[in-house]
Amino acid sequence: MTIFDTRTGVQMKNFVSLSVLVATVALFSGCSTKKSDVPETPPAPTVDNTAGVENADALAGDTTATMGPSGELLSKRIVYFDFDRAEIRADSQSVVAAHAAYLSKNPNQKVRLEGHADERGSREYNIGLGERRGQTVRRALALQGVADAQLSTVSYGEERPAAAGSDEQAYGLNRRVEIVYLK
Amino acid sequence: MKERMKQIVIRVMAACLLTSLGGAAPAFAQLRLTITSGVTDPIPIAIVPFSRAVPADGGLDVAQVIQRDLESSGRFKGMDRKDMVFTPTTAVEVDAAGWKQQRVDYVVVGRVSAQPGGQLRIDAELVNVLTGQRVAGPFFIGQSTNLRNTAHRIADALFEKIIGVRGAFATRIAYVSVDGRPPKQTYELFVADSDGENRTRIASSPMPIMSPAWSPDGEWLAYVSFERRVSAVFVQHRRSGQKTMVSARAGINGAPTFSPDGKKLALTLSGSNGNLDIYLLTLATNELKRLTEDPGIDTEASFAPGDGNTIYFTSDRSGSPQVYRLTTGSTERPKRVTFQGGYNARPRVSPDGKQLAILTLVNGSYRIGIQDLANGTVQILSKGVQEESPSFAPNGAMLIFAGRERGHSVLQTVSSDGLTSARLDADAGEVREPVWGPFLP
Repeated sequence: MTIFDTRTGVQMKNFVSLSVLVATVALFSGCSTKKSDVPETPPAPTVDNTAGVENADALAGDTTATMGPSGELLSKRIVYFDFDRAEIRADSQSVVAAHAAYLSKNPNQKVRLEGHADERGSREYNIGLGERRGQTVRRALALQGVADAQLSTVSYGEERPAAAGSDEQAYGLNRRVEIVYLK
Repeated sequence: MKERMKQIVIRVMAACLLTSLGGAAPAFAQLRLTITSGVTDPIPIAIVPFSRAVPADGGLDVAQVIQRDLESSGRFKGMDRKDMVFTPTTAVEVDAAGWKQQRVDYVVVGRVSAQPGGQLRIDAELVNVLTGQRVAGPFFIGQSTNLRNTAHRIADALFEKIIGVRGAFATRIAYVSVDGRPPKQTYELFVADSDGENRTRIASSPMPIMSPAWSPDGEWLAYVSFERRVSAVFVQHRRSGQKTMVSARAGINGAPTFSPDGKKLALTLSGSNGNLDIYLLTLATNELKRLTEDPGIDTEASFAPGDGNTIYFTSDRSGSPQVYRLTTGSTERPKRVTFQGGYNARPRVSPDGKQLAILTLVNGSYRIGIQDLANGTVQILSKGVQEESPSFAPNGAMLIFAGRERGHSVLQTVSSDGLTSARLDADAGEVREPVWGPFLP
């Protein structure tokens, strides 16, 4: 299962707040300028400031499907959930426990817990549901001895389905948390 | 006569060709508009081909653009050109009695003329066949490069003269397009005219792009992008492409929406502990203010028009998602405003502040509802099973949302009284999360 197959090579620079202010003021003072007749094809976007960046390590830790430990339980990296629920089902407890044991023994190994929802309902609320599932797995791992620094979460809501289709089978495959081992 | 029709057809084809060649984006996700239901007795109207300014008008058939706009509202039935016995271009030439026999209520005539400095003037006149009343104007002067927009403005004015509500044809929509099959997909953010034409790509990424929102002046778009693998909120200038990452805090950065004055963004942040709450970000100073503090999911803020102090949002603090209202700067707890059914989310306030569009679960189907904020009654506007993302047109008379057609996500419009609807199909890929932009200056 490949998680990321491209890297956005953008290196974020941390500008001082003055440049942020200047850029933002310039940005909003430009609102009332008269429209020109240039064709409405924007050039490639450029990122010109990084206000409010706290997750700058987001780009660190590229992953591949082969990363991480192997073994009957450890090779299982997906925890599935019931509709509208964020509790770990009985059939997934042993998988979570196996990863907890491995991570406790390997305190330098980090994982990212990627939460997902099925496609029903509103998209931003589903981001919340995916996050809730990721946090459930995070707490379960922490309770079983994994250090907080080894764990991070991200929620993709319904935006990155594992399976296409609008049926119960696809929904069941899409309500999930993927345990992603980072380099 | 026949020769002239042929000319028009050829010119329309030329115009289409120019449009498709001029587009910056690849050939997928082009939108096509289909009326799916209209009022039972649409107003019969004849939009007579306008006199042209060759070659400055670029071959655009102004009358056809106007006719498509008016018909897309579901309230008009345009007369077929081949049934037109007369083709006047001024109101004085219109023989009201003759058109009355042709069973039309209104006739629109007009002229495109070249002006000094490369500009074009369009004059349109409206004749009420039943009363014989002739309404001079509207006329507009525009650049030849945006003649289509000028035609939409004329449709707006005609709609207002006949229906009494300003039309919203000369507006834009933004939407997300997704191509490819999971798990490998391409996400793109587009802006197009309200009829789906003039599409421009704003952003593209192999990682999700979601939740676009317009600035009140229509010049900027805020959206969520996962291009850094985790979520971040960006504000991007529509024409220049200038892009600013305004929030990439730990955890979720989502659901951005501009305040009515355009100076602030309400957005959803979770921090690393995963508790989603609503915050207010002042763009010029990067000052952040927390607006909700609840262990449940609080998200999807929408400003009521006016001073920007009233915000509606989704929260599951009661156990299921429902819509709440908060007042910034007040210590009062947010008040729940939706009570019908177990799932009410994604509120959007109407431009007059009197109604709330919501995503609501009805008999197992997610549909678009509209709630009267004064008395709480809810009307279901759509008929599908899995709809989402309602957004009001700036005139409040129409909404756009995402629905499903043969397993694909498509864009749909519906009038706020539920009487008329239309569909904007993409020729490939999934199109979703439409947001209707403001009136253009």
